[in-house]
Amino acid sequence: MAKITLKDLSHSYLTKQSNDADWALRGVDIDWKDGGAYALLGPSGCGKTTLLNIISGLLKPTKGKVLFDDKDITALNPVERDIAQIFQFPVIYDTMTVYENLAFPLKNRGLSKTEIDSKVKEIGEMLELTSTLNNKAAGLTADGKQKISLGRGLVRSDVNVIMFDEPLTVIDPHLKWVLRSKLKELHQKINRTMIYVTHDQIEALTFADQVVVMHEGQIVQTGTPVELFEKPKHTFVGHFIGSPGMNILPCEIENGQINFEGKILPNSTSIKKTNFSKTQLGIRPEFINFSDEGIEVKIKRVSDTGRHKVIDTECSSGSIKILANASAEIPSDSAHITFDQKYTYLYGDDWIIE
Amino acid sequence: MNKTLNQKAWFFVIPVFALVAFNAVVPLMTVVNYSFQETFGSNVFQWEGTRWFKEILHSERFHASLGRQFIFTFIILLIQLPLGIAIALTMPKKGWGVPVCLILMSMPLLIPWNVVGAMWNIFALPDIGFLGNSLNSLGFDYNFTQQSGDAWFTTILMDVWHWTSLVVLLSYAGLNSIQPAYYQAAEIDGAGRWDIFRYIELPKMKKVLTLAILLRFMDSFMIYTEPFVLTGGGPGNATNFLSLDLVKMALGQFDLGPAAAMSLIYFLIVLLMCWVFYSLMMKDEGRT
Repeated sequence: MAKITLKDLSHSYLTKQSNDADWALRGVDIDWKDGGAYALLGPSGCGKTTLLNIISGLLKPTKGKVLFDDKDITALNPVERDIAQIFQFPVIYDTMTVYENLAFPLKNRGLSKTEIDSKVKEIGEMLELTSTLNNKAAGLTADGKQKISLGRGLVRSDVNVIMFDEPLTVIDPHLKWVLRSKLKELHQKINRTMIYVTHDQIEALTFADQVVVMHEGQIVQTGTPVELFEKPKHTFVGHFIGSPGMNILPCEIENGQINFEGKILPNSTSIKKTNFSKTQLGIRPEFINFSDEGIEVKIKRVSDTGRHKVIDTECSSGSIKILANASAEIPSDSAHITFDQKYTYLYGDDWIIE
Repeated sequence: MNKTLNQKAWFFVIPVFALVAFNAVVPLMTVVNYSFQETFGSNVFQWEGTRWFKEILHSERFHASLGRQFIFTFIILLIQLPLGIAIALTMPKKGWGVPVCLILMSMPLLIPWNVVGAMWNIFALPDIGFLGNSLNSLGFDYNFTQQSGDAWFTTILMDVWHWTSLVVLLSYAGLNSIQPAYYQAAEIDGAGRWDIFRYIELPKMKKVLTLAILLRFMDSFMIYTEPFVLTGGGPGNATNFLSLDLVKMALGQFDLGPAAAMSLIYFLIVLLMCWVFYSLMMKDEGRT
């Protein structure tokens, strides 16, 4: 059990770095509270797994520090760090039984036979593996094997953090749900810090209290699912989270106000800083309404997803997606739209301007 | 799973069947034919029933060469498997060392077998060969053309040199197919080097090792060219392995009937041993 702090962490797989693209991680600073359930969300190649492997000690960071309870452990190896990690593909020891698999990490740490036995039985029960404890692990289904990987992490009572690296990739969709609720339940039961890496926003949002969004080796936002949805701090969060994602449209700043297609949008506070190479406004499809006046758009396509209608429209600055109730009436051909002021944000060089 | 019944598929098998018939079934049947008959040439044959089979199975000469064959195969498997695995484990996993090692390892496999025999013959000659000469000047009384122990030593050394690479390459391929997550998980679980080998690498190499054992068994059990060129089966009969003996009987003595019977027995032994190996090693596979 520990609080985990990452201080100015950067990592590169290359020996020489010339530009930003050479870094897998760039200046990551974050605090993971003890006992929290975190999700690390981002597309493939954004540095999630690198970050995880640095926390577990499988990788040594090029720059920066890893602290457990304010103690610098950057130089320690995975065993000394007392962490557990569950990988994308179930890792089991084929020739061992389920019992031996679960006992393996304890045996390596020199626990007595009786201690091992009680721990293994306890975890076996928790993961509903009791009936298969004496079977060969190789004969189990993918989700059974993944439960063993999970069990090998949980069986040690002293772990500082349990990390999951897209653990449900190979699991059937209907079992994904079961295992995910199991994880959530386990988190409540054992109350240990858990970090869950995924590129699937649904998985991240259902598992975690706090979601950490990564993009090109940086943490772009940390927040609750609601915060990420309602107030994305970076355009990437806007269009990565939500389905369909946020509309990001080019705009100008004029006298501290947003000028979009020649119309001044009402803005509560006036904007001071203006020296950006690009400015954009972001508005979620959920917060756009049809009205009699406002921005003129052409309706291109309406797709019905059952509960909602997704309307693709086109204005002179680009395409805008609008989400409406399935029962809503959709004007045909051309229409006017207005943006909900509360949820209209301005982004300068992709970062929110407040 | 529903299988669709389609008899037309047989037509696609016909070309292969014809080819196999031509290059395997027909020659094999000729051997079967010979094994029941006696001939003195000029294409005149005389029916002998199972006489040759009985004779071969009771012949001391056959027992001796079969025994030598088993000992040889056993020794080279015992050396080449652990050695091959050990080399594969120490080979680099990435960088410029990989192609260098792979090419070095493939080299012995690419050399024609009679060249291997000739190379080692010259290499081991006690007077002018590098190996033979060196051993003698170091004080060993080494002469593979005269002393049976030395002949065995040289033959085994030659085979180890020639074929260990095959085990290395197969093991290396097996090792490389192991996901890095296995090593990472083992590291987190606190496994030692031996544990990693015993519980991850060895089980994951099982399939390629099965293949390696089968191939090395078959090839070493049927070894002919290299010892033929190196020792010719000598000194005396010391390295007279089964196939050498068979050729001597068939072509040297022109005893076609007994030689055919011996070939069939030989063939059945190889087949039986392969089956035994395979079923022993694949015993657990059914459950996975």
